[in-house]
Amino acid sequence: MTTSTSVTVSPTFLDRVRGYSPPRRYLPVAATVALLIGMFGAGSLRYQGFADPQVVLNLFVDNAFLLVLGVGMTFVILTGGIDLSVGSVVALSTMIAASTLQAGWPAIATIIAVLVSGTLLGTLMGLVIHYFEVQPFIASLAVMFLARGLCYLISVESIPIREAGFTAFAQGSVPLPGGYHVTPSVVVAVVVFAIGAWVLHMTRFGRTVYAVGGSESSAHLMGLRVALVKVGVYTISGLCSALAGLLFAAYTLSGYSLHAVGMELDAIAAVVIGGTLLTGGRGLLLGTMFGVLLLGTIQTFISFDGTLSSWWTKISIGTLLLIFVVIQRLLTRRQN
Amino acid sequence: MTQVTTSIPPPAVGTPVVEMRGISISFPGVKALADVDFRLLPGEVHALMGENGAGKSTLIKALTGVYTIDEGTVTVAGTDHRFTSPADSQAAGISTVYQEVNLCTNLTVAENMLLGREPHRFGRIDVKAMNRRARSVLDRLGLSIDPGSSLGEHSIAIQQLVAIGRALDIDARVLILDEPTSSLDADEVAKLFAVMSDLRDQGVAILFVSHFLDQVFEISDRMTVLRNGKLVGEYLTRDTTQLTLVEAMIGRELETLDRLEHQAPTAAPDEARVPLLQVLGLSRKGSLQAVDLEIYDGEVIGVAGLLGSGRTELARLLFGADTADAGTIDVRGSRRRFRTPRSAIGAKIAFSSENRRAEGVVEDLTIADNMLLTLQAARGWLRPVPQRTRDRLVEEYIKALDIRPPDPAALMRNLSGGNQQKVLLARWLITQPELLILDEPTRGIDIGAKTQIQQLVAKLADEGMSVVFISTELEEVLRLSDRVVVMRDRAKIADRFNDESVTVAGILATIAAGGAELKEEDSDA
Amino acid sequence: MRELVRRPLFWSTLALLLLIALNTAVTPSFLSVRLQDGHLYGSLIDILRNGAPVLLVALGMTLVIATRGIDLSVGAVAAIAGAVACVYIAGSDRPAATSTVVSAVALAVGVCILLGLWNGFLVSVFGIQPIIATLVLMTAGRGLAMLITDGQITTVVNPAFKVLGAGFVATLPVAILIALAVFAVTAVLARRTALGMLIESVGINPEASRLAGVRARTITWTVYVFCAFCAGVAGLMIASNTSAADANNAGLWIELDAILAVVIGGTSLAGGKFSLLGTLVGAMFIQTLATTIPTIGIPAEANYLFKAVVVIAVCLLQSPRVRAAFRSRRPVSTVKAGAA
Repeated sequence: MTTSTSVTVSPTFLDRVRGYSPPRRYLPVAATVALLIGMFGAGSLRYQGFADPQVVLNLFVDNAFLLVLGVGMTFVILTGGIDLSVGSVVALSTMIAASTLQAGWPAIATIIAVLVSGTLLGTLMGLVIHYFEVQPFIASLAVMFLARGLCYLISVESIPIREAGFTAFAQGSVPLPGGYHVTPSVVVAVVVFAIGAWVLHMTRFGRTVYAVGGSESSAHLMGLRVALVKVGVYTISGLCSALAGLLFAAYTLSGYSLHAVGMELDAIAAVVIGGTLLTGGRGLLLGTMFGVLLLGTIQTFISFDGTLSSWWTKISIGTLLLIFVVIQRLLTRRQN
Repeated sequence: MTQVTTSIPPPAVGTPVVEMRGISISFPGVKALADVDFRLLPGEVHALMGENGAGKSTLIKALTGVYTIDEGTVTVAGTDHRFTSPADSQAAGISTVYQEVNLCTNLTVAENMLLGREPHRFGRIDVKAMNRRARSVLDRLGLSIDPGSSLGEHSIAIQQLVAIGRALDIDARVLILDEPTSSLDADEVAKLFAVMSDLRDQGVAILFVSHFLDQVFEISDRMTVLRNGKLVGEYLTRDTTQLTLVEAMIGRELETLDRLEHQAPTAAPDEARVPLLQVLGLSRKGSLQAVDLEIYDGEVIGVAGLLGSGRTELARLLFGADTADAGTIDVRGSRRRFRTPRSAIGAKIAFSSENRRAEGVVEDLTIADNMLLTLQAARGWLRPVPQRTRDRLVEEYIKALDIRPPDPAALMRNLSGGNQQKVLLARWLITQPELLILDEPTRGIDIGAKTQIQQLVAKLADEGMSVVFISTELEEVLRLSDRVVVMRDRAKIADRFNDESVTVAGILATIAAGGAELKEEDSDA
Repeated sequence: MRELVRRPLFWSTLALLLLIALNTAVTPSFLSVRLQDGHLYGSLIDILRNGAPVLLVALGMTLVIATRGIDLSVGAVAAIAGAVACVYIAGSDRPAATSTVVSAVALAVGVCILLGLWNGFLVSVFGIQPIIATLVLMTAGRGLAMLITDGQITTVVNPAFKVLGAGFVATLPVAILIALAVFAVTAVLARRTALGMLIESVGINPEASRLAGVRARTITWTVYVFCAFCAGVAGLMIASNTSAADANNAGLWIELDAILAVVIGGTSLAGGKFSLLGTLVGAMFIQTLATTIPTIGIPAEANYLFKAVVVIAVCLLQSPRVRAAFRSRRPVSTVKAGAA
């Protein structure tokens, strides 16, 4: 790449070329895909029925809400931030949904109420992070507590959802060619994913997200709207959490304060395993999708095996996290 | 001649596109700019000159809206402006390339050049059109890199040119280039200058900062010199010599202090004596070309040179703050290799950085803790300095160096620059070093503290300590040193005994001429 | 007086005293401590005892945060410590013997120190951001604990082990004594040796510390080991109190409570100066809050809501913008730009 420039190559120039590095943008995502294919290969060799396309589709069915969360989390992490509140906001969303439906609200009003409250929480968090320079970690921790606390204020008990629209949505099935099927949740998740990818890769907002993650001060000096983007990503994350909460409420047909405990860790893990740099600026939304699928595959693997215990899920997620963090560290170190 | 005369501004060619009047900016504890005037004419390359801390960067950041000004007015194209963000100043037609490349290495070349005003199509970024537009700007710069490639894949030199490309794409009335050439080689510089001349002919006003004097004289039409946050003067380049410029930048002190009486090391160092430090071919790519240096006991080596001459780089390599690529260091005849400051401290070398705030002061700790930091670090955390020793040392040095307030428990952040510097000196003196490297120890501190520090250096040398004394102020260097080393363009260009024949004028001439006038003294400067 | 008001410790202590006053107003017997069968009982004693694990973890966390770091894995480490000890005791030949407990505790603490070495290695040698490096163990650690206990809640019946969390010595609960002992040891280590000063120096200005010859790497590594050690002792205390190792729930969210205690105690998350006494007050504040809420008739679960309010309040008070507004009338934007 560098040698193709018209700049004359001189010895001192060659010295500076040492800083050169080949394109690595897709390397972590490629690693995720390779791992995914490898696991599926191993699974289909060991267990009967593992290679069935419906198994793949079920990954989407069972992890639709995680994919939606992952989309929001990717935006946040790309700016170099983090959002610990997503799990609690999911729980709060299920609570708001279940309680308002129980109170006889129409489904559409419930949905709007949930989306608005999630978005507001996200915006609030973004404002505190940007304007008061509170670390994202601690600000989202506060919102995490806040959302859980609000859950308990609504109810300590689990509230079932019996509203017709929700149950129809939950039990619905979208047929696909070849006799396969997915749930409406998957359609929602894929649409969210597509919109997210479009915004991130095709709009000025999305590119500014990358710019802020690459160097916030550079983005500021380039005259980009850093404040809008920093508050914006947390707003998006809040909206995605609320939407994921609705999907989760439909998936479990209940609202409960103890729903989605620790789900923020799954979302962060999915993003990191998908190749997004936790320090921000590098990563693809597509990677997050593969990250979610990889987490789902691990669970499928363990449930197919039958002899492996459930805790291997956590250990393998931790190990994957470690591997990806180490890879990323080595990549960034060589670049410096 | 003790004062540089402010030249009378030459008659203006048309009205200035930028006019800054009476600009003052202060930061907590520092007056960064005091009542500075500056003007920029359309169709000229205007060099802004000055040493470290002169206020160049601050002035630029005031013009680009990064800092808000405390006093003064900024007029761009006849309209008064009060910039509060870089976006404001860009909207007024001012485009800037900062000293450190301020782009995002994770984005593509085209995005870096155009983000913020990229072409759109159906509500999305038109990547093809964006790459085309970037391509045409890159062509102007003579770069044939792929606009769609990631910026981080390219060398710093190319990144620098891309940053200039970003500025070019904005139809700027004013283009600010803050040290754009520091990472470019000769061909690239030539290319950049060609582009700059082009723009000048099109009527763009270019503000150019560089510490390479030859480049400044090659490209600029006019120069403004700042020193210590104050305006020294405005000069027409064609009527100015390098010597005048260097003199204006470095300045002369008004008060002429006598050469400090300190005994030169008794015998002139002969071949038989083993030097305290013998350095051969010490170098590091991009920061210092091979330097040889011998330092004997009780000797004060003064290092003169402009910003970027390699003076600080030399000090950092001697101390192991950076690691050398090549060369050897012998301490009292035995070969040493300093990979960390810790190993240099072990060899009884001390180093006080020019960047007091970032590399010296631990501002939330007390005077006492700051003083004892190095001694304590050397002992390890398990062996704290006994309370009695601690009290005695701190009291002794507060008294000896006249540190105000004389309160060991005062927080470092509340001290003035001069007192902070004294505490840092005490930190090193407590370790009883054999070689003390002082990089700009008197910069930005008041005259009283300055004299005290100079006297201290002379006294220490009399007691047998060797000192490397780096300073922009040549009077100071001459007053203290036994030997003077002159640096320019990251290399040592002169090294001689400081006898009567060495004068400020002579050193200025040496710096300006790049070593050619080492022997003959230009007495009329 | 003005100096006093500026100290963070003043505000956290004031808040703690107000909470205690509120409790006393609602339940007049709140402050009373009675002696029964040679043991002290009372609300205050309960708060101290139940707050002991959080205090322990928060002590280690204080030092980690002072070096500009954070340790998210302490909850998982606590679970592992409990699991190791209980599984060892349950599987030994003499599950009721005191000697078994001694070796079980030694083994558990040893494992925790290894885990601390691991965290410290990732942070100080490998140069991974602390939040990410410890996230690995936070995620995998609970799985490891379940692996050790084989997914069961391992119960042990051993009087000596029970003493750690639920026993009494000289009328006081052992848990309190252990926590205070660790507090005292930490305070001595930090303030009687040079460790505290060097930690603060690394946290305030890493580059200046390096140039002054401070072994920043060793210091950083040490604090992660110490933090894991504290988490391990807290985990043993929790396991002993319940006489069981619950890999899933032991020490759940304790890292968040510990961070909260540190922040309330006035240690900035940006690193630098730390206050162990502040952390002590912070931990007691959190525990008192948890006790107060049901006392004044609010469901205990609303605890989270109050914690959120406290976090937000403390963060806003510490934020540069608010502080600058308090300090002077100078526009904040200039100061901010200067830092960029």
